[in-house]
Amino acid sequence: MHATRILDEADRLMTVCNSCRYCEGLCAVFPAMEMRRAFSDGDLNYLANLCHGCGACYVDCQFSPPHEFNVNVPKTLAIVRAESYAAYAWPQALSGTFARNGLVISIIAALSMAVFILGFAIWNDRSVLFGVHTGPGAFYRLMPHNAMAALFSAALLYAILALVLSVRAFWRDIGPPIGGRADGGSIFQAIRDAGELRYLHGGGVGCYNEDDKPTDRRKLYHHLTFYGFLLCFAATSVATLYHYVLGREAPYPWWDLPVVLGTLGGIGLIIGPIGLFAAKMRRDPALLDESRYGMDVGFIAMLFLTGLTGMALLLLRETSAMGPLLALHLGAVFALFITMPYGKFVHGIYRFAALVRYAQERRSEASA
Amino acid sequence: MGSKYDVLVIGGGNAALCAAIAARRGGASVLVLEGAPKFYRGGNTRHTRNMRCAHDAATEILTGPYTEEEFWEDLLRVTGGQTDEVLARHMIRESKDILNWIVEQGVRWQPSLGGTLSLGRTNSFFLGGGRAMLNALYLTAEQLGVEVEYDAEVIDLVIEHGMFLAARLKRPVNGEIEIRATSLVAAAGGFEANIEWLKQYWGEAADNFLIRGTPYNRGWILKMLLDKGVQEVGDPTQCHAVAIDARAPKFDGGIITRHDSVVFGIVVNKHAQRFYDEGEDIWPKRYAIWGRLVAAQPDQIAYIIFDSTVVTSFMPTLFPPIAGQTVTELAAKLDLDPAALEKTITEFNAAVRPGTFDHTILDDCRTEGITPQKTHWARRIATPPYLAYPVRPGITFTYLGTRVNKEARMLMADGRPSANMFAAGEIMAGNVLGKGYAAGMGMTIGSVFGRIAGREAAKHARN
Repeated sequence: MHATRILDEADRLMTVCNSCRYCEGLCAVFPAMEMRRAFSDGDLNYLANLCHGCGACYVDCQFSPPHEFNVNVPKTLAIVRAESYAAYAWPQALSGTFARNGLVISIIAALSMAVFILGFAIWNDRSVLFGVHTGPGAFYRLMPHNAMAALFSAALLYAILALVLSVRAFWRDIGPPIGGRADGGSIFQAIRDAGELRYLHGGGVGCYNEDDKPTDRRKLYHHLTFYGFLLCFAATSVATLYHYVLGREAPYPWWDLPVVLGTLGGIGLIIGPIGLFAAKMRRDPALLDESRYGMDVGFIAMLFLTGLTGMALLLLRETSAMGPLLALHLGAVFALFITMPYGKFVHGIYRFAALVRYAQERRSEASA
Repeated sequence: MGSKYDVLVIGGGNAALCAAIAARRGGASVLVLEGAPKFYRGGNTRHTRNMRCAHDAATEILTGPYTEEEFWEDLLRVTGGQTDEVLARHMIRESKDILNWIVEQGVRWQPSLGGTLSLGRTNSFFLGGGRAMLNALYLTAEQLGVEVEYDAEVIDLVIEHGMFLAARLKRPVNGEIEIRATSLVAAAGGFEANIEWLKQYWGEAADNFLIRGTPYNRGWILKMLLDKGVQEVGDPTQCHAVAIDARAPKFDGGIITRHDSVVFGIVVNKHAQRFYDEGEDIWPKRYAIWGRLVAAQPDQIAYIIFDSTVVTSFMPTLFPPIAGQTVTELAAKLDLDPAALEKTITEFNAAVRPGTFDHTILDDCRTEGITPQKTHWARRIATPPYLAYPVRPGITFTYLGTRVNKEARMLMADGRPSANMFAAGEIMAGNVLGKGYAAGMGMTIGSVFGRIAGREAAKHARN
């Protein structure tokens, strides 16, 4: 018996799959399963986070519904995965935020943006808020740089702390790797596997949708979103270095590195989430954990909003709309940061940890 | 009245789809009639996982060459010579090109699966298994413009003087219609799911058989063809049967209900008596005899009995073993006479001679002084918990079929080839496979003769 009914179901499915093994070439989940004959809660949470949800094992399975064995691995592991986020969340008092995540994220995002707008309005003169500011330091006439840096650093550090403690609980629960090997090479392997979304590929043809015709669109849009996010992060990091090391204040001209990185990233963060949302609409509902719709869409929306407000700010920064747009953008980014440990963002962290564990197990197996 | 097609394919598995694709690529208009609903499409192909093809050199996924001659020798060995040499050699030659052709139709290969290392050189595995293979073939067929109808119940074939004219089809809603076609490819499998038909040869025992594939392999098309003058081939009384878990569903339990633990214990019948040498030969060589052996026991049930020392020696099973801390407790759970089971195990244990256990070779662990003997891998059953799997005959396929020539063209009872009727797959497997089986041969027969049948059917239709 397991801690939850969905873990019992996952155990039942892994027992069916382990006596079949036809799907072993599709992804990492099944080879990892084959290293085990029995499954603890931690094992199942590990396998669930290793699953990328491409759907190939469902359409390839001779025992998927309506067969009486009722084997639906993608959906079951999606539910296990989502429940694992709540189970390992730090602090545990906030684990409930995963349950109605879409609502929670929207409220926090709306509040955060409202507070920035209100804050700007209260702290600044009307003429400053709606004034036209150009040249170095323009943004900081609305909010002093040190205040901005302190606030966002605090939010980001909190997010990192909460994520680290959550993933540590996961890592401990899934136990030592089969074979006992833990080395640096496994981390590089996992970075490659995550970076290219190696297992989001339906065994090589792409993800499955409603119409039997697999495509690679989710992979493409996920790459746009993920690398867009990284480019935006890089833009902010470079800008921080400019500010403190070179003493150059934002805004920077369009050709300067932070703006180039931010623009490319912003484009990714606009197109990527739209594509992911569209791809989500086309997926076969049988494969999905529909009760987590809000969590998935909430995160997609937050990324989109961050990209959109950022690009709008770039385009309109020399007009009187700059003040309100800066408030909206900062609000979006702030909300994104503080909700990171309690929303869909965590999928990447848990999956990466699972990929590291899988790389360790595969490398031990290969050297055995 | 329905419309007229160049080629009508009846059936929906590997052979049918290869025929449909080959015919369509040959320029014909093609309709596929699959008797099953969409989910269950493909008959036994759903449950397959690999295909045996000859090849002269190792490939990306095959570990070494498997020559035509070696394939032929394997076929000769498993069939005990009950094969048509001309047809079989033709098939083996054609199988070489199938390795590439099937990939061009969208099917993807992968190296042999865990636990099947013995097949790594000879058999190519489908990535994702048989249903993945089917999905790829259907997608390709539909993209080429092949029409497919599911739940298509063919109730009659109009055949005159060995010439196919039309098929009469009963649709769930629109009633009966007639579909005319210039050529027919029959690829509708055997009759293993037709319990009434099996009873003709096996009597009431057939009620205790479990069918490993879908309930749709009922053999109606085969029966119609034989009734209308097509020459039959293969032993009608025989079927391929393995021992599968007695707790499996009546139909479609597939591969996961199998047991490969026979060699690690003893097998007893409902009277708790042993009845055959469990250690006769290397698994899986003797895998397929146990279905027949269990079918011959009272009530067609048997129990594989072993102890806790060997649990991890075989693949994990779908159904857990039934366990008892004592032999008496186990017997009670199995509804066997405790004293009889105790006696069988005690006598067996006493007969076990010392030896060095090695399940990969015919080792020297054997019994002495009991009948039947266990000639290899005999070890005492003495470490609780005592464990058991109940098993019944699991029917895979039947051997009766329609006789064909090298063009996959059916031969009529008088020996003349039909003008426009072709057969492929299990429905004609008996031409090549008179008895026995070796992994992946069914799929070879399906793809090779499916492709030939489709090509020839299209050629006939275009002329």
